[in-house]
Amino acid sequence: MGRGGAIIPPDVCIFMQHGCVERSLGLTEGCLRHCILMYVLLISGKSKEAEIKRINKELANIRSKFKGDKALDGYSKKKYVCKLLFIFLLGHDIDFGHMEAVNLLSSNRYTEKQIGYLFISVLVNSNSELIRLINNAIKNDLASRNPTFMGLALHCIANVGSREMAEAFAGEIPKILVAGDTMDSVKQSAALCLLRLYRTSPDLVPMGDWTSRVVHLLNDQHLGVVTAATSLITTLAQKNPEEFKTSVSLAVSRLSRIVTSASTDLQDYTYYFVPAPWLSVKLLRLLQCYPPPEDPAVRGRLTECLETILNKAQEPPKSKKVQHSNAKNAVLFEAISLIIHHDSEPNLLVRACNQLGQFLQHRETNLRYLALESMCTLASSEFSHEAVKTHIETVINALKTERDVSVRQRAVDLLYAMCDRSNAQQIVAEMLNYLETADYSIREEIVLKVAILAEKYAVDYTWYVDTILNLIRIAGDYVSEEVWYRVIQIVINRDDVQGYAAKTVFEALQAPACHENLVKVGGYILGEFGNLIAGDPRSSPLIQFNLLHSKFHLCSVPTRALLLSTYIKFVNLFPEIKTTIQDVLRSDSQLKNADVELQQRAVEYLRLSTIASTDILATVLEEMPPFPERESSILAKLKKKKGPGTVTDLEEIKKERSSDMNGSAEPASVNASAVSTPSPSADLLGLGAAPLTNSAPPPSSSGSLLVDVFSDSASAVAPLAPGSDDNFARFVCKNNGVLFENQLLQIGLKSEFRQNLGRMFIFYGNKTSTQFLNFTPTVICSDDLQPSLNLQTKPVDPTVDGGAQVQQVVNIECVSDFMEAPILNIQFRYGGTFQNLSVKLPITLNKFFQPTEMSSQDFFQRWKQLSNPKQEVQNIFKAKHPMDAEITKAKIIGFGSALLEEVDPNPANFVGAGIIHTKTTQIGCLLRLEPNLQAQVSVSVSTA
Amino acid sequence: MINAVLVFNNHGKPRLVRFYQHLAEEVQQQLIRETFHLVLKRDEHICNFLECGSLFGGADYKLIYRHYATLYFVFCVDSSESELGILDLIQVFVETLDKCFENVCELDLIFHMDKVHYVLQEVVIGGMVLETNMNEIVAQVEAQSKLEKAEGGLSAAPSRAVSAVKNINLPEIPRNINIGDINIKVPSLSQFM
Repeated sequence: MGRGGAIIPPDVCIFMQHGCVERSLGLTEGCLRHCILMYVLLISGKSKEAEIKRINKELANIRSKFKGDKALDGYSKKKYVCKLLFIFLLGHDIDFGHMEAVNLLSSNRYTEKQIGYLFISVLVNSNSELIRLINNAIKNDLASRNPTFMGLALHCIANVGSREMAEAFAGEIPKILVAGDTMDSVKQSAALCLLRLYRTSPDLVPMGDWTSRVVHLLNDQHLGVVTAATSLITTLAQKNPEEFKTSVSLAVSRLSRIVTSASTDLQDYTYYFVPAPWLSVKLLRLLQCYPPPEDPAVRGRLTECLETILNKAQEPPKSKKVQHSNAKNAVLFEAISLIIHHDSEPNLLVRACNQLGQFLQHRETNLRYLALESMCTLASSEFSHEAVKTHIETVINALKTERDVSVRQRAVDLLYAMCDRSNAQQIVAEMLNYLETADYSIREEIVLKVAILAEKYAVDYTWYVDTILNLIRIAGDYVSEEVWYRVIQIVINRDDVQGYAAKTVFEALQAPACHENLVKVGGYILGEFGNLIAGDPRSSPLIQFNLLHSKFHLCSVPTRALLLSTYIKFVNLFPEIKTTIQDVLRSDSQLKNADVELQQRAVEYLRLSTIASTDILATVLEEMPPFPERESSILAKLKKKKGPGTVTDLEEIKKERSSDMNGSAEPASVNASAVSTPSPSADLLGLGAAPLTNSAPPPSSSGSLLVDVFSDSASAVAPLAPGSDDNFARFVCKNNGVLFENQLLQIGLKSEFRQNLGRMFIFYGNKTSTQFLNFTPTVICSDDLQPSLNLQTKPVDPTVDGGAQVQQVVNIECVSDFMEAPILNIQFRYGGTFQNLSVKLPITLNKFFQPTEMSSQDFFQRWKQLSNPKQEVQNIFKAKHPMDAEITKAKIIGFGSALLEEVDPNPANFVGAGIIHTKTTQIGCLLRLEPNLQAQVSVSVSTA
Repeated sequence: MINAVLVFNNHGKPRLVRFYQHLAEEVQQQLIRETFHLVLKRDEHICNFLECGSLFGGADYKLIYRHYATLYFVFCVDSSESELGILDLIQVFVETLDKCFENVCELDLIFHMDKVHYVLQEVVIGGMVLETNMNEIVAQVEAQSKLEKAEGGLSAAPSRAVSAVKNINLPEIPRNINIGDINIKVPSLSQFM
């Protein structure tokens, strides 16, 4: 176990926390705690809960230390900041300590400053509010002339790199960088710091006098400074090539000095016998920003360098260590990249290609990988394309034998890049071979590549058709729509291949199990060109049809839809099988298919085949016209797949998805009347009546504006008819039915509600054989109710014949929430007697309830939010009847709320949710019904 | 540009994490986990480079990693860096750690997290390579240590504590100690030399 075996076991930890051994070890308490914390965090990694608990405790402790009255000494601050960093490392968010860290920045002690800067570079968000304070501290340190402090400050700017920092320091840093008296290490940091700021906010780093002096840093004595400056210049030169043009000759001469030096000349910068490999790589990168040098002397010198690097590759290694060959080859690969970039010296290109060819068979996987990658770019050069092609066997072999998927992927890329008319058949065949065993992660890409190559280099389109059908056979799941659309486009556009395509798909469809994509292609092609092979008795029209139809029931809806179109095309192509096809279309499984699209197609095609004349059929079902020529959509798809935009696309898709989900979370606007089910008559709950309608105050005639004052009788409104209350309660959960009935009169209701609006039809039936005279129904709202509920009634005919029924419409608008129900008062003369009766009209708030579906989590989260006593009503009551779950569910739905299943952890409970729509507002309303064994029921309703 | 420097052990526990672009803490942890799973399922002795798809925000990024005993060192870089160069850089970083800690092991990364950050800071700042010369890096780190000591040895205390704790003679502790519970393997990183 090594020396780590002495780490403290748990028992000792406890031991120490009790303070027994501290003294004997001569440790301060703080140090020990520090160690113990770290250790406890380590071992507690086994249980996430334990770790979180432990860490929260520690965080609370540190927080109290920071907040405490006692000023912490520097060491404690350092210790706690260190602990916070460790806790952050373990994946816990740190939301405090920033201020303490900022305070540490202004300390004069190096150790405190250092830990402060560390905390800030690791934890501070670049748009933190503290950035102003941090910038102040940095400003002081930059001005301190103390190289160590300046270094810390520059590192911090480079690491955070925010725009505010760029605004504050982009002007200052170039001065530090080119000042004569700046220390080398500070120059290095300053160069990279400027580079970082340029990357984040290029507009804030203006070019100026300093640029030419930066270029001359390429001549600096200190190779570290040269390396940093090269990085900076490379990035700046990409955007401002003119400004940094002079760097080319300086870089070439610097490179030349390194490459030709004896390995000992550069002392420390020689890495495993390779002189300054890192700087060489950077210089070669810089040169890739520019075309080949125009000055023949510079150009000659560069060529010499590149040749030397290529030569060195052939020399025996100076060390067997992998570091030696790595460093050497890092330079070599960069040199080859530069040669490929210049693409002007055929001699160098061929040598580069040969060198890469050697690497293709190297035992180091890394080199094989890089060689394949570099050769990809080399393949596009006209000078070396042929040379690259000579390695085809090696690359194919790599595809078959490499153990590493990254390398195989590179081999596929290279085969794709080196493919041309001469080797396309071989490469496509090899790729198809490989596809059978390829990693799932790269199959789709290979399919796209094969499809593109097959189309691009097809001399003979029968080969193209074979290749695509093979693709579908081998990797049908990875064949995207673009691929099979494309093959159909090509077959339709080229009449020389149509007969062959029909024959080939027909044969391919013979396989007992074939991919659905093949059925699609087969269906389409036979539908267009099945007649071309119908002469052969082995593929007669009926056989073609039966073959396709044997796949029909295994396919998804879109494919079935496509096949139905094929069938109607067959009706035109092969009139002899028309009746067979009509029989199929006429079958119940088609005409009564649950899928609307399929049903519609079956109905329409059947009708079309029956009524249309042959001429009309031939016109309607004519062969598809050629598609307009356009760029393959497959190519676009491959570009998209490989392109840098992949992520944004993904993000967009994600966004769309989430917005979709938001959309569907909206309450579905279901017609309330559709939801309301005729509820079983057992009124087991009295549900809703309790919270929603308190006993209605006795309506007074004087308060009612709607009372017909001109009535010839005393316009006193009758007290509520006996029994009407019971009936009223029944209508809480339903909308239609008989509201009232006595010897003379029956009142029926039909109503529907949508959002905050409703319409009620009231039917007055005269049960007698005598006319009702002066029949005057009036809807009365009390003073309290009137502002909340808008009711409009149309007058009815004052005479109701014996046995007749009259109808009255009430338009309802819910303005705001309300408690009472309106009263329907009816006065009429029957025989010689004046009749006056009143019933409550069942317009209750829950009629404006729209159901809302929500998840369990949402439900309880919202439930908890509605904790205000005014927002919650609970009612516990004894059930009058035994509870039946189905009846209760129907009640809840009838009540207007959505019935949420599997939301409440207790399956016996019922949960509902909905939104009450009024003109002025919408009120979310949640409901829980908790029956218990004693048949006591508690209903809680929460509203927002 | 280097996008991130990640060090985690064979169980995926992060030991050093440095992102050079600002990412929310959850995203960081997510990236660490996914990177770990990508790297873990790879055999030894195969390629040290690996495409990470859209993990770090585009096909332009690659993971370049080395596995030392119990620790994975993973650098996430864009195409402007040389793959072999970064591989060397990881080696330089580890060798430097080894020099600074005298046979560095996983525990050093935990107990001296601050110092590990300082060493990294001498190699990479803001995602760019600052220094590749090991002697130069070690010299810088040593100069820092000197400064720390000069400031009263306070900062030296934790390392004294660690070494004291490490030197506890276990058999002398009169308790029933169950070492079998501890599943931390302490690596010696000296094998790469």
